[in-house]
Parts: sequence; C-alpha cells; structure tokens
Amino acid sequence: MQENGTILSVKDLVIKFRLRGRVLTAIRGASLELREGETLAIVGESGSGKSVFTKSFIGMLDQNGWVDSGSILFDGNDLAQYRKEEQWLGVRGKRISMVFQDPMTALNPLRPVGRQIQEVIELHQGLDGRQAQRAAVELLERVGITEPAMRSRQYPHEFSGGMRQRVVIAIAMACKPRILICDEPTTALDVTIQAQILGLIKALRSDFGFTTIYITHDLGVVADVADRVAVMYAGTIVERGTAEEVFYDPRHPYTWALLSSLPQLGVKGKPLYSISGTPPNLFNTITADAFAPRNPYALKVDFVRQPPEFRVTETHYASTWLLDPRAPAMEPPAAIRSMRDKYVARSAS
Amino acid sequence: MNDRGDRQKLLEVKDLRVNFKVKGGAFTAVRGVSFDIYKGETFGLVGESGSGKTTIGRAIVRINSVSGGEILFKGRRISGRITRELDREVVQNIQMIFQDPMASLNERAKVDYIVSEGLYNIGKAKDEGARRAAVQKALLDVGLLPEFASRFPHEFSGGQRQRIGIARSLIMEPELVVADEPISALDVSIRAQVLNLLAELQRSMGLTYLFIAHDLSVVRFITDRIAVINKGELVELAETEELFARPLHPYTRALLSAIPVPDPIVQRQKRVVPYDPAVHDYSVQAPSWREVAPGHSVLASDEELARYRDALERGDTLAIV
Repeated sequence: MQENGTILSVKDLVIKFRLRGRVLTAIRGASLELREGETLAIVGESGSGKSVFTKSFIGMLDQNGWVDSGSILFDGNDLAQYRKEEQWLGVRGKRISMVFQDPMTALNPLRPVGRQIQEVIELHQGLDGRQAQRAAVELLERVGITEPAMRSRQYPHEFSGGMRQRVVIAIAMACKPRILICDEPTTALDVTIQAQILGLIKALRSDFGFTTIYITHDLGVVADVADRVAVMYAGTIVERGTAEEVFYDPRHPYTWALLSSLPQLGVKGKPLYSISGTPPNLFNTITADAFAPRNPYALKVDFVRQPPEFRVTETHYASTWLLDPRAPAMEPPAAIRSMRDKYVARSAS
Repeated sequence: MNDRGDRQKLLEVKDLRVNFKVKGGAFTAVRGVSFDIYKGETFGLVGESGSGKTTIGRAIVRINSVSGGEILFKGRRISGRITRELDREVVQNIQMIFQDPMASLNERAKVDYIVSEGLYNIGKAKDEGARRAAVQKALLDVGLLPEFASRFPHEFSGGQRQRIGIARSLIMEPELVVADEPISALDVSIRAQVLNLLAELQRSMGLTYLFIAHDLSVVRFITDRIAVINKGELVELAETEELFARPLHPYTRALLSAIPVPDPIVQRQKRVVPYDPAVHDYSVQAPSWREVAPGHSVLASDEELARYRDALERGDTLAIV
C-alpha cells in the first residue's frame, strides 16, 4: 500500500549487471519515496548508480542488467516485476518521461522536430493529423521556442543545444506525464542557457503538475531546484532529507566530503577538502560501509558492518554509524560547520 | 598579490584578432582583445562556449595563428613569424593542459612516452637516463607513482589521466601554463584534488597560470584576476574579489546571476538577470576598452563609462553573489 501523497515508492532495490562473465551489483538495496508534486534531486558522482537507479523506473536498463530484488510501486503496480516490453509501454514516456543530458540522443536527426512531437501526441493522446500538428506547435511555443510553426518544420541540427533540449522537454510533456526524470539535463549547456532550462522546467511543473526527479552531480543545480535531496554512493542512498537539512545539517561523512570539496565553499589560499582513494569495485561483495576506506571519520565498526539508516528527523535519514547512540561525537569539516553557522545566524535574524 | 607596479609582465596580449576561414569568407573569433599576465599570478579567462576563450589560449601557444595584433612573452613578440629558436623557447616555456583527459592522451602510447614527448621534440634530455629521471620526477610531482610510466592511459581514472596531462606539461619546466577547463570534465571530489595540485605546483615551481573556464564560481577560488569574454571581445577585467563585489558590465552581471550557488536559501532568493545586448546604445559611439577604476576595465561607451563611475562613487550595491 502506498501512503497518501506518495507517488512512487522504491524499497530495497537491488540491480545487477552481467559484464564479461561476472556479476556487478550496481544498486545495493536502495529505498526512496517520491511525494506528489515535489522535486527530488539525486546527487552522486559518476558510477554511484544514480542513472541506473532511475532508469529502472522506466524499464530502460541495458540488456545485461536486471532488477534482482526489491520493489518499485507506482500507481498500484510493482514495476520491479515487469519483464515484458508491452508492460512498460503504458509507463515509459507516458506516465513517466525522461529528459537526458544530450538532447541529440533523444531526437531523430532525420525527421523535423514537429513531426517527432506529433507522433507522440498521436500515439498517446489519440489526436490525429491536423489536431496533433497544432498541438505540437502549441507545445513548442509553450517551451519557449519562437516562431514555433516555422521551427516545427526544421530538423534537430538546425537548433542550438539549449533549443534542442527545449524540444526534448516538449516531447516529454506531450503525454502529460506524472513524473519527469531529468538526467543531467543541463550539464552540456552554458550557464545562462542552463538557468533558462531550469526555469522552464519549474514553470512547466506548476502548469502541468508533474513530480520531478533530477539526477545531477552539480550541487548548485540541486540548491536551485530541489525540495528534497538524496545522496548516492556506491549503489546506495547514504543520506536523504529536505534541501535545507542536507545542505545545512548533513550527517553522512560522504555528504560532508562532497560539500566541502566544492571550490565555492573553499577558503582562498587554503587547500580544498578532497576525498582520497576511489569508489569500491562493485564486482566485489561489500559487507561493510562502502565509504569507510575513504572516510577519515570512519569508526572500527564501519569496516565490519554496513550501517542501517538512522533517523535524524521525520524527513532526514542517514546511513552512518556516527548516528548510533554509542558513537563518539564527531565535528564535521570546517566548510560544513560554517554553512551550518551561517544558516543558524540567518534564521535567527 | 596587490602591489603590481613592480611586477613583471610575463605575457602581453595586444589588440589580438583571430579569424577563421569559413565558406565564402572569414569568421572573427577574437576581436581587439588586450590583457597582461603578471609573473606568478593566476589569470582567469571566463566565457561561454563560442566566446573565443579557447582560441585565445591556443593563439598563445601558437596552435592558432594570429590575424591581427600581437602577443609578447617577456617582452618579445611570439605571434606571427618568429625564429625557430624562439619557437622552441615558446614550446618549452608555455605549456597547455586540456579539458578532456579522456581525449587528450594518446591511447596507443605508454605514459612514459606521453609524458616525455615534449622532451623528444625539443631535444631537452641529454640522454636516456636523464629522460627517465625527468619522467619519474614529473610523475611524482603530480602525485603519481613512477611505475605508472609503463602503463597505458586506459588503465587510469579521469583524475589520474588529468594528472598525466599535467605531468606532461610540467616536464618542460614551463613558466606559463595555459589550463583550458582542466577540471570541468572531472567529478566533484576529483576536482578538489586537481585544484589543490595546481595550487601546490604554483607555489613550489613559481608557475603562472592562464586558467580558461566557463564557471565563474570555481574560478573565483583560484584566480587573482579575471577577464570576462563574450562573443570574441573582453567585456570586463578586474581583480577577482573586485569583480565579484562590483561587476559592472551587464554581461558579467548576467553570467554571475546565472551560476547556481550551492546554498539553497541564497540560490532561491537570487534572481537571474538575462543579458540583452540591446541595453547598449552604441549608435552614437562604439564602445572601447576603458579603465573605470584602477585595475578594473570595462568595454563601454563614454556614456556607459560615466554611469559605471557614478555607480562606483555612490557605492551602489552591485554584488550579485
């Protein structure tokens, strides 16, 4: 059963891939709840599993990958049980849409963009010919493309990167999805264009009323868009909470490291906090805390047992033994303390 | 880093113009760009894609040829036709680090060759022993193990590959390093490592950097001065903190407002100001490059310059982030 207001609920999800005869566990038991209307940002570095995790919501795992266990509840169905392509057709692109980093991979280079939007409308909304064509032009206008009727007859290569991403967003909007997954939608764009695209997605969200998942490594983008944040490391969600909780009162040492290594929070002339070592090899079975070998705050128990998820507040959870009542008190790095102090001072005034 | 009066100008870019041949004519990528880089400083050149920032970097290391103006290194012209000896000197003294560590290393060569390729080209190493020793030192300098020399690039992570790229330029013992977006292809935690490494090498080797980037907020952390470039022209140049405290040109202001700050409350309150070139009325007078306050220059007309000076004098709040 799904609670009121929860639109998607993922529980203990495990995703594996077969690669060169060996099995890699990309997602190692991740749980997440998405609330109707919110914007959730999933943050992580390359290889953390953030893309694989969300691709499993629309049945887009690569051929060699599969959901091994766990559940993905959406609209009364468990998507984790879906095995056939036909099952996914009612979900992917219809009730859950996705916008990718590179708009060129989502567009057909050989068809005018208007045709591509029209196809989706015809397929999902049952409109045909003229009506669908008109709806496509309207959508192009809605995503901020000037002279939409003329532009609808042009091919993807005639658009700039930012405009192409607008076209992809128009296609995603064509079936009025309930969830929009944005996988690094602005990473390839200039900052001024990025600001426009993020603004556009926000505006569409209030018009169309969808729920948004952002996947990104850019904590500036996260601060801009997110109501809630989930931090991923080595295939698990190590911390989740509201944007305020994760930015101003983070509890997991990996979140500390991620935030403190930002040049924006650094002090000029002093070395930045940096994470040593590399993420674990996901071909191996991980029994202890995956971040322990790189964690200067690691306790002995971190090398022995995987920490459970500890509750900080009603909305804030982190998987670190530091939150166990028996753990010694640990002060976070300077950059984190100064963010926290600034926040406290701001809310006091 | 303040007293600039007695500091040596290492590089002077004067009225630089770079044209590219395109179908049926020429495209001007860089127009009327002038700036100096002082010895020991980190100079940031910031702009969006297509602004011409990389073209300037490439013109300095003589990859792109110059169509107008000149570039001086230690007072000597290094642009256009120069002697073979001077060319060799430029190659050795000005090195470049590239953005994409996955694309900029020769996949078929071992690290040993990649790192010492420059030495072969200018015949700097006296013998095989000296060359080996230089490779070892360069690898150690960037925090890699000497035994990595016998491996191939694909065996390394992105951060390690960027270190190899840095080792390859350091082995030449350059004075000026042109770093073209050296961290934008890297993960957040790896970025910090590479930035720390660059700062450390600057201290220990007395390097001067030209740091080319699109992200003003990252550049703020490492640069002494910043020049902002838009569509091939510099629009503003100032000391880093001055630029953030008193950005004057509308394009600089737009760029600053567009960068998302990793602080939710600040970010949500910030308003994005788009840049509209129509705000400039250049019908009466074309803009030129003028100093609005000591060390702070802007591309402006007389009327704009007067307005900027007024704003500075009144002490208007100009900061955006």
